[in-house]
Amino acid sequence: MSVIYVLLAISLVVAIIFFAAFIFSVRQGQYDDAYTPSVRMLFEDELVKPKKKKVKSELNK
Amino acid sequence: MEVQQFYYDNKIVKNFLYATMFWGIVGMSVGLLLAFMFMFPNLTDGISWLSFGRLRPLHTNAVIFAFVGNAIYAGVYYSTQRLLKARMYSDFLSKFNFWGWQLIIVAAAITLPLGYTSSKEYAELEWPIDIAIALVWVAFGVNLIGTMIKRRQRHLYVAIWFYLATFVTVAVLHIFNSLELPVTGLKSYSVYAGVQDALVQWWYGHNAVAFFLTTPFLGLMYYFVPKAANRPVYSYRLSIVHFWSLIFIYIWAGPHHLLYSALPDWAQNLGVAFSIMLLAPSWGGMINGLLTLRGAWDKVRTDPVLKFMVVAITGYGMATFEGPMLSLKNVNAIAHFSDWIIAHVHVGALAWNGFLTFGMIYWLVPKMTKKKLFSTPLANFHFWIGTLGIILYALPMYVAGFTQALMWKDFNPDGTLVYGNFLETVNEIMPMYWMRAIGGSLYIVGAIVMIYNVVRTIKAGSVIEDELAEASALTRVSKKRTAGETFHTWLERKPIQLTILATIAILIGGIIQIVPTILVKSNIPTITSVKPYTPLELEGRDLYIREGCVSCHSQMVRPFRSEVERYGEYAKAGEFVYDHPFLWGSKRTGPDLLRVGGKYSDNWHLNHMYDPQSTSSGSIMPAYAWLIRDEHDRSDIQAKMEAMVTLGVPYTDEDIANAEASMDAQAKQIEKNLYSDPDFAKTYEADKQYAAENGEKFIEMRDREIVSLIAYLQRLGTDIKVKETGELLSDN
Repeated sequence: MSVIYVLLAISLVVAIIFFAAFIFSVRQGQYDDAYTPSVRMLFEDELVKPKKKKVKSELNK
Repeated sequence: MEVQQFYYDNKIVKNFLYATMFWGIVGMSVGLLLAFMFMFPNLTDGISWLSFGRLRPLHTNAVIFAFVGNAIYAGVYYSTQRLLKARMYSDFLSKFNFWGWQLIIVAAAITLPLGYTSSKEYAELEWPIDIAIALVWVAFGVNLIGTMIKRRQRHLYVAIWFYLATFVTVAVLHIFNSLELPVTGLKSYSVYAGVQDALVQWWYGHNAVAFFLTTPFLGLMYYFVPKAANRPVYSYRLSIVHFWSLIFIYIWAGPHHLLYSALPDWAQNLGVAFSIMLLAPSWGGMINGLLTLRGAWDKVRTDPVLKFMVVAITGYGMATFEGPMLSLKNVNAIAHFSDWIIAHVHVGALAWNGFLTFGMIYWLVPKMTKKKLFSTPLANFHFWIGTLGIILYALPMYVAGFTQALMWKDFNPDGTLVYGNFLETVNEIMPMYWMRAIGGSLYIVGAIVMIYNVVRTIKAGSVIEDELAEASALTRVSKKRTAGETFHTWLERKPIQLTILATIAILIGGIIQIVPTILVKSNIPTITSVKPYTPLELEGRDLYIREGCVSCHSQMVRPFRSEVERYGEYAKAGEFVYDHPFLWGSKRTGPDLLRVGGKYSDNWHLNHMYDPQSTSSGSIMPAYAWLIRDEHDRSDIQAKMEAMVTLGVPYTDEDIANAEASMDAQAKQIEKNLYSDPDFAKTYEADKQYAAENGEKFIEMRDREIVSLIAYLQRLGTDIKVKETGELLSDN
């Protein structure tokens, strides 16, 4: 049954990593604005008319 | 602010999309074949690599890691680039990720039907492939994190967080569950034994569902649903709460797969408690997804993409309501081992994963080809036939699960079982198996229609492989770290962060030290009468693993009156200490085999394997003719036993040295037992004579595979049975 302590420890480590990430993201201001991001992702930044040559067309593939 | 132009890599997305569709059809077709094998058990008669036990892991691996896996990559590679306003970090890593993953799938598609399996569910692949998976997965993670580092958008949208959690957790799970000791190039033994192996396996198995089938798809939901509806997500705040609460709770829920098993109660209850808690974040996410469509429901009427997504999210809601319910011990007592679980996972797989993938494909393909979808009516047809397929699949399986579980538990007033013959409970649900197969067929028809639709759309349009975009560069501003300050100087000013990181470092080191110690110590048996398998039994056990018997037969008698009455004494943790890997199973299509040893004669087993219907009328078990025909290569036995010794099984040097002799003696005894049946003696001698007359090579019965398997089956569960006197338990 002792493997359960190993699993608990691993799970805790993962949880702590996430917790650190959480604290870090809050401190960094990731969640200061809880509205704009949801709208921002709707905007496309692709240029509608591609300017450069690197645009390959690919018909029968 | 400087505006930069760059190209999004659409080619990699396109490749993953093609792979998704291709493997989807493959995986579902294998599933359909399996569904029909319930009605026609000998559909692939005599072809070992098309037998149920070997194809079942192929089906699960193909749909989870090939179909859903490629869909995850496609969606992640598309949305990550756009959310972070950057091309993927490395084109090489993208390609490595793509081709590496396809190669792994091909390797799985070859090795699993050939019987190379670790037998651990959703982790069946043998050790070289496990290593390849780890490598490709890390490449994916590096690519993802690299893209985050060179991003042009400071804020990380919630989908990115879901992808990150997926990467981190799946890596940890995969590595710890796949710890195994190689014996040969394609054979290994799990380092954990019995209860420990079961616990690690379901810690992995549950979190594979959580972090491979759920979190990445939630990320995709948070990207593609708002995009398709052209509405912001209902509540961004809720999505953040959803994310953090979900990942913190999910990782503790694994033991709910082992309720009423030989796992200690406290561990079971811990799993139950966290599983119930999971309802809150899961439904928070589901509601957030559905409410994103507020004010856009008119679009759902016309847009097949949104239709698919609505059913997908609804399926997520149903599956995540059912999950906590199934974790309740009293519900689990009925549902576990029955077809209810099959219904539960298929609501998740067909509706949540399948339909979200389909919705994503229908949205992405026109987007990437800059053309309208070839046919909206065909997409609508796909939607309706797929939905009908899900209903026709899931509902009969619920009924089948209830019916069978209640029949298993039905007692006569005199205390005997009403349905003492397991087959009665199987034959009762055959109509449900038929309906399931029909439902599955409809679902596949829909998927094939989709492929036609997509191919026509792509032919009409042109896939832009590198899409030009522009965004302003990210300026480095930081409140936290002053200019020129290194990470560590910053860290040193922050005692909390420093403590956390230090603790992590210590724990990792500690675990690496502790694991081997603990594992070896715990292999000391707690029941004195439990002995390691004899060499022949060990070889027989490997055949049991190879043939995937565990797909349909459990080895776990739960402490219920109905099960003790039907199968015998309930399972004790100490019985499994030499089981590398454990073979408890998760489904009872056939009866439990924990106490099958000594229940039938050797001849019965031989006849049953040759033609199951001859010994058990109405049985849906396929025949295993090759086991009776083929010579058993037992040449690796000493390497296997040495590996077992390394893992803590107390074989002596003498045992290992005498392994060959021991196997011969036991095999000869079984051959002798078989002769007690005059029919066997007659046909076997006739075969022998025929071979001698025609100069053909004849394989003695004692050298054939079936003899090893009989040795193992006759041993099962007898360690406790033979010594039913006191002093059974030493110190447990």
